[in-house]
Formats: sequence, C-alpha cells, structure tokens
Amino acid sequence: MTLAAATDLAAATNEHLANLSNTLIYSAMAVYTLAFFAYITEWIFGSRSKIGRTAAALTADPAERKAPAVTVKKGGSTAVLERPKVVVRAAAGQRDVPDGPGAHGGDEQGDLYGRIAVSLTVLAFLIELAGVIARAASVERAPWGNMYEFNITFSTVAVGVYLSLLALKKNVRWMGLFLITSVLLDLGIAVTVLYTASDQLVPALHSYWLYIHVSTAILCGAVFYVGAVTTILYLFKDSYESKLAAGGKPGKFATSFLERLPASSSLDKFSYRVNAAVFPLWTFTIIAGAIWAGDAWGRYWGWDPKETWAFITWVAYACYLHARATAGWKGRKAAYLALIAFGCWLFNYYGVNIFVSGKHSYAGV
Amino acid sequence: MSKTTPDATRTPPAGDEDLGAAGSQLSTAPEDTLNMPSLGVIGWARWFWRQLTSMRVALLLLLLLSLGAIPGSLIPQSGTDETKVADFRKNNPTLGDLYDKLGLFHVYSSVWFSAIYILLFVSLIGCIIPRTWQFVGQLRGRPPGAPKRLTRLPAYTTWRTETEPEQVREAALALLKKRRFRAHLAGDAVAAEKGYLREVGNLAFHIALIVLLIAFAWGQLFKMEGNKLIVEGGGFSNTLTQYDDFKSGSLFTADDLDPFSFNLKDFQGTYEKSGPNRGTARTFQADVTYSLGAYGKSKKTIIKVNEPLEIGDSKVYLTAHGYAPVITVRDGKGNVVYHDAVPLLPLDANITSSGVVKVMDGYRDPKGARQQLGFEAFFLPTYTPGNEVSSTFPALGNPVLNLAGYYGDLGVDAGVPQSVYQLDKTHLKPFKNGKGQQRENLRPGETMKLPNGAGSITYESTEEWANFQVTRQPGSGWALAGAIAAIFGLAGSLFIQRRRVWVRAVKGDDGITVVEMAGLGRSESAKVPEELGALADTLYDQAPGAPEPDEDPTDTPDPQAVPAERLEK
Ligand code: HEM
Repeated sequence: MTLAAATDLAAATNEHLANLSNTLIYSAMAVYTLAFFAYITEWIFGSRSKIGRTAAALTADPAERKAPAVTVKKGGSTAVLERPKVVVRAAAGQRDVPDGPGAHGGDEQGDLYGRIAVSLTVLAFLIELAGVIARAASVERAPWGNMYEFNITFSTVAVGVYLSLLALKKNVRWMGLFLITSVLLDLGIAVTVLYTASDQLVPALHSYWLYIHVSTAILCGAVFYVGAVTTILYLFKDSYESKLAAGGKPGKFATSFLERLPASSSLDKFSYRVNAAVFPLWTFTIIAGAIWAGDAWGRYWGWDPKETWAFITWVAYACYLHARATAGWKGRKAAYLALIAFGCWLFNYYGVNIFVSGKHSYAGV
Repeated sequence: MSKTTPDATRTPPAGDEDLGAAGSQLSTAPEDTLNMPSLGVIGWARWFWRQLTSMRVALLLLLLLSLGAIPGSLIPQSGTDETKVADFRKNNPTLGDLYDKLGLFHVYSSVWFSAIYILLFVSLIGCIIPRTWQFVGQLRGRPPGAPKRLTRLPAYTTWRTETEPEQVREAALALLKKRRFRAHLAGDAVAAEKGYLREVGNLAFHIALIVLLIAFAWGQLFKMEGNKLIVEGGGFSNTLTQYDDFKSGSLFTADDLDPFSFNLKDFQGTYEKSGPNRGTARTFQADVTYSLGAYGKSKKTIIKVNEPLEIGDSKVYLTAHGYAPVITVRDGKGNVVYHDAVPLLPLDANITSSGVVKVMDGYRDPKGARQQLGFEAFFLPTYTPGNEVSSTFPALGNPVLNLAGYYGDLGVDAGVPQSVYQLDKTHLKPFKNGKGQQRENLRPGETMKLPNGAGSITYESTEEWANFQVTRQPGSGWALAGAIAAIFGLAGSLFIQRRRVWVRAVKGDDGITVVEMAGLGRSESAKVPEELGALADTLYDQAPGAPEPDEDPTDTPDPQAVPAERLEK
C-alpha cells in the first residue's frame, strides 16, 4: 500500500466517524426533545396539586408553628433511650419556608413523568457523549477546536453536571426543564449556525495547556450555568415569598409554578455553593490560559479581548463572593452580581468570538 | 440587613445579641460602618482610611475594575495593534481625539485604570494588615466561652444523664481535642473551635494577589520584546542594533540582554491539502543552531509555534514566516549590482506577498550616471492561471514573481526613516515599454530585461524567512507562584468551615445532669448540625441518657426551628 493510499484510507475513516458523530448529535437532540416534553408533562401534572406550603408557612401565626426536631443520626439499636436530637434553627431574619416538592408537585403521575424525563436525559446524554467522542476521534484531538465543537462539548458537560448532582442525591430535579431547554437551544445553534466540518487545529492551538485550559473552561462554564439558572429562579421565588409575606396575592400561574421550587433561601444557598465551588477552578483556568499564552505568544498576559473578558468574569465573580460577605449586599443584590458575572462569561464566549477580533480567533464561523 | 440572610453569623445579626462574644470573631472581615467622621483633618483621614479598607469599598473598587477593563477589549489598543488604532483615528477623528484624551487607546496603562487598581491594592494591604493581627490575636487567645442560652444557636441538642457534670465536661473536652478542635473549659461549659485554616487561606489568597500584582508590575518595567526577521541561512546575535523593532519596559537597559546568537538553517511549513480547510497551516518549524555567549558551543534545535527556545532568561518564539525570492540585478554591462534574498510580507492566508527591491548604490545607467533602482514585487507562491491577484495555496506550488521597476532617487539618503517594504516614488520614474509601465511575471530562473539597455533583473530561486520574537519577562516565576498560592488559599478559604462547639453540663434541680450542646458555623451549613450530631452521639455513649422527667424540660427547642434535612442540599 502506498503512503497516499494509507492517508486516503485514514481520511475516509475520519469522514465516516465525523458523519457518525453528526448522526449521534442529531439523535441526542431528538431524545432531548422527548425529555423536554416529559418534563413539561411533569410540570403540567404537578399543577394539579394545590400545595401552597410557602403561603402556609409565611402566613401562619408563629406560635402555631410546630418545632420539628430532627434526629440527624440515630444510634445503634441497643440503646433503650432515644438518642439526642439536633435541632436546627434558621438564622435570624431569614424566612422560614419549606422547600417545594419539585416539578411534580407531589402528584404521582407527574412524578412518573419526571422520572421518565430523567431517564431520557440520561439516554440523550450518553448519545451526545458518544457523538462528542466520535467527533474527537474523527479529528484525532480534543473536541474543542471551534465553536461548534465547543458548543456540543459544553452542553454535554452541563447535562453531566446536572446528572452528577442528581446522582449525589441533591435536590435539583426541578432544574431539568430549564436545563434541557437551553441545551436544545445550544445544540440548535451548534448544528445550524456554528457547524464546521471536522478538521485539525492550526498550529497555535497545539499544546497540552490547551487541553487543560479549555476543558476546565468548559466545566466552569457548565457549573456557572447551573448556578445562573438557580439564581434566576431564586429571584422569582424571592419576590414571590416577599409578596406573600407582605400579604400580597401572587398570580395563579406564579403560585402553581413557584410553590413547587425549593425555598428561596435554599436556592440562594445552592447557587452560592455552586459558584463558590468552581471559582478556584476558574482561577486555575485563567492561569492555565496565561501559561499557554506564554508558550504561544511570548507573553503570559497581553490584554487580548478574550483574556480581558476572562479577567472581567473573574473579577465579577470575586465581586459576588465579596458581596455575599458584606452586610447589605446579600440576597438579591448579590444575585444580580452573580447574573452579571455569568453574563460576562457568556459574552466572553459568544460576544468576543463573534464581534471582537483578537488572537483567540478560532471561532470557525 | 436584607430579608434573606443565609449566612448571618459573621457579625451577630439583630436578634442574636445574646450570642455576644460567642458569635463574634468567627471571621476577621472588617465591620462595615458608615459613621460620619468627627471633625478635623485627622478625623477625616481616619474616616477615609476606614472607608478605603472596608468591604463595601473593596467591592465597589472591584466592580470599577471590571467595568474599567471593558473599553480596552472593544477599542483598539496601541499596545497590541498600532495599525488598528491608526485606522480608527483616521476614520473617526473627533472620537479619536476624545479617546486620546481619556487614554482609551491604552486603557491598561491609563491614569484612571491605574488609579482604580492602585486604590484597590492600597485597600487590600490596609485590609490584610489589621486582619492578620486580629487573626494572630485569635490564635493566641482561646475560643470564646459559651453564650448563656445555647438554644438560640443554629444547631442545638440536649439530653439528661446521670453522669456527673465534671465527668461529662471532661469527656467532652477529650472528645473535642481528639477531633482536632481547639478546646478549653470555661466555667460550666467546654468551648471549642476548629477550621482556622479558612482564615489562613483567605489571608494567603489576598497576600498572593499582592505578590501577583507586584510580579506583574515588575515584569512590565523590566520586560523586553524584539523582533527579527531572518531568511534561511541568515543569523542573529542578541544586540539592540540587530533587531528590526524593539520594545522594552521603562527600566530595561541594553545590559540586560542575554548574550546569544542563532542561525536559521531551514524553515518548514505544511498545509492542509484538501477539504474545506484547504490551506490551513498544520505545522511550522524552524531548524536553528544557537550558541550562548561569544564563544559558546553551537547546538542544534527546532523552534515550533508553541515551543519557544529558552536561552538564559530569554525566550525565542517563532511568530511569522513568508517567502524571500532571491533576486539578482545587473546593469547594462552585465555587472551584478545586487544579489540578495528579499523578504516579502504576506498579505493573506495563502501568503500572497508583496515587497520591494532597492538597489541603492553601484548601479549606473547606460550613460554611466549614478542612479538608484527600485522594484515593486508581488509574489504568488501558488499561481493558478485566471487568478492573477492572489495565491491559491500557501506552499510553493507554482511560484510567480511579478515585478515593476523604477529608476531615479529612492530618497533613502534624506535621513528620514523609510520602510523596507515600501517605495517612496516622489523622485522615481517607472521603466516603460511600448504599452506603458513595464510589468512582468517571472518564474524561478527567468529574467526581465529592462528597456533601453538599462540592465536586467533575475528571479533566481525562493528562500523562506521566519520572524523570531525574543522576549524576556522577569518576574513571571513570581507571578506563577503567586497565582498557585492564590488558588490554594482560595480553596482553603471557600471550602473550609470555621465553626464553634460548646458543651455545657450542669446539675438540674432534680440532681440529674443536663447536657447541652450547640454549634455555630461561619455560614449556615448542613455540616455544622451533622458534626454536632456525630459529636453528641459519641458523648452520649459516655454519658447515657436518663429517663425523661414527667414534665417538659425547660429548654424547649426554639419555635423558629426548622428541620435539619432542609439544609442538606
Ligand atoms: C484584588 C482585589 C480582591 C479580590 C480579587 C478579592 C477576592 C476575594 C475572594 C474571591 C474572596 C472569597 C473567598 C472567601 O469568601 O473566603 C474574598 C474574600 C474576602 N475578601 Fe477579598 N478580594 C480583593 C480585595 C479585598 C479587599 C481590598 C478587602 C478588604 C477590604 C478584602 C476583604 C475580604 C474579606 C474580609 C474576605 C472574606 C469574606 C468572608 O470572610 O467571607 N478583599 N476576596
């Protein structure tokens, strides 16, 4: 076999893999769409239940409220007497509101559809993951050389983060509908606007720092995204609770929808944890990028638009963390900062790639 | 205080006054006060300093820093792209003047941007110093004693036991110490605290930021960056005069240049041959030999795009490449007056290139008068008939050199610096043939005869050139160390919980011991009640419960209590 024939054969295999990848991505989109409808169904069935726990908690006379003591840990069965119970008290000034039951609102059928939706999400995730891997195999490198690849990898990781949180038994199933909606949007943009036939990287993108830098950037983005979704829902739920506490009567749709979400304080805390947990990783991502820039362009920091926006994003998240520690900035104000920070992240990805030219021009659009 | 305060324990919030000292000092963050100053210069100065080092102002300065960084990413910057700035000025003269006044063409070295970050770092230092002392004080002191009413703490548990209070307290002290709490007996209760590394991490992070900034500033002051274009076979030695262009920080001196030299043996570029990305570069590499010092041994190496050559403190990067046709110019008598490889500048991704050939001396016209010659060169590495103006592939497929000549005075002796890639045609006249200006396409080896016996120009062959950027960035090691310390500090600060536990044991009126345990975290976390539960369980084994009295114990749990499970998200 001549060398040329061998290259042709390799090219054919790659083309085959690239086509396979496209098919898988489209299939994943189809399954995500099914999952999307299942989540919708869950929400619809859930609206049958009339729970109103938040309202009950916020309008009840404090004296009537039960003091539910909870045993955090039960001892061995030999103990005759009951073990001591740990009682947890909400911090002063915090609304004492129970978490909603989730999208299904306690409705059994709704719950069934919710489970179906999660199963479909898992399936779609696996298919999409296979698609990403096939794509990587077809180009013989990591799947993030252009915006199309970045998008498909990003949504895979975002769904992966969501499923991992579910697997860790975190109360996040309610997020499913919002997440899958945006995943579908992300994939839709990827296959229509951003699609680039599979190909190799320009030499400037050959570096193992690229692998480290971009993979952590994608992971950070996915987690920041989960944080941002929670923050938005927190803002809605918080105004809902404030309205109730002030004696107002929120609309029927808002009630049905927001009653099922966790309490605003839980949402707030969750988004804080998520954002705080990835902030060190984001710091690392920027540093890895700086090291790569040092190798590629002879300076580790040059205020290239992409670098500048990574820095702005970093400072914005640092602002948010500071705000959380500063009296008077907690709650809604800090939440707005978190959203601005995520906005910076988004702009760094879409805005800078499309509107601003710099050294990071690998967008392929 | 806003309505939702999920971590309300750092400064004891309203309603928790009875926690007193127990809840204080869990963080060394400065308290935020907006008290108006007492009159007098010192009063104002102190007020100003306190404001500058407050969290609120730190937050504002951080916000300003991120806002201030935005224009620099949207407006062309002279530091990165001088030509774009010039274009912008030409297209928007009024806006350009305004931007100039505001320093918007060099945002990151402008007065106002510097003012923001200098204030931020003054604030940072002013914040770190007192916090460090405060923290050292906390380490020297002991965890504060138990508040009077433990029931008001975020996590609480109690039981009755027949064990003596002293024994319970002793057991508790031993248990807490074993769990690596700092614990001591204070009155009727054991006070314990853990998680000081959080504060260490936080201080380390903020100090690392200062190190990072100083290293960055140091690098800006002492950095150097120079470019040198070398044609295959050519060489370079690291002295100021050899550079095509050279930039350096304000404190850099020529003595700081590392003594080294290198030669470019060969440059290789490969390109995608087919597919939608046809022509995209695959590999660039430069084979060089280099030597350190004046008489160093020469070594061979390869420089690639992401793999600079490191010599001493300098790094040599491969940043650009192009073609350099070898040109020979002869006068009317056939004497060679010029023979050199002429580097041409690429105009597009397929390396359509242009440049000029300048014959400055040695040439005489057919009448024997001294004259200078200039040629405009336009080069297509891969010429496809029908496409006369641009190359169709970046590699040397079917090279064609298009030449047009001029004679007269090049203007190089006027003392005005001139680009080597442009002709100043004020004193030049084109060579003409019957149809106007003479302009011909040459292939390697071909010669264009100049009209009226003025001589000839030959395109012999094609060499490649590579551009090397030599940089020195002192302080980058420190910047890296600062960055790594910042990450670890940050992780410690964000992931470690600082918390306190109190265990009180007193004899009740009925002679039975009442044990109370309470926990307080810096932020409300599920971990605090969990840990308290585990501690209580262990202690319970050593001080087992006594039967409940008939009536309710006086310490009913607080009515505001919420289930622990709610926090476990
Ligand atoms: C370059 C500027 C700064 C950056 C990027 C920055 C970043 C951060 C970050 C990311 C945190 C979160 C870590 C944590 O919550 O433990 C933090 C915490 C903190 N920062 Fe800064 N900071 C800066 C300047 C300052 C200044 C000027 C002050 C003093 C006024 C300050 C005081 C604090 C304090 C007290 C905390 C701990 C808050 C707490 O205990 O929860 N920082 N900072």
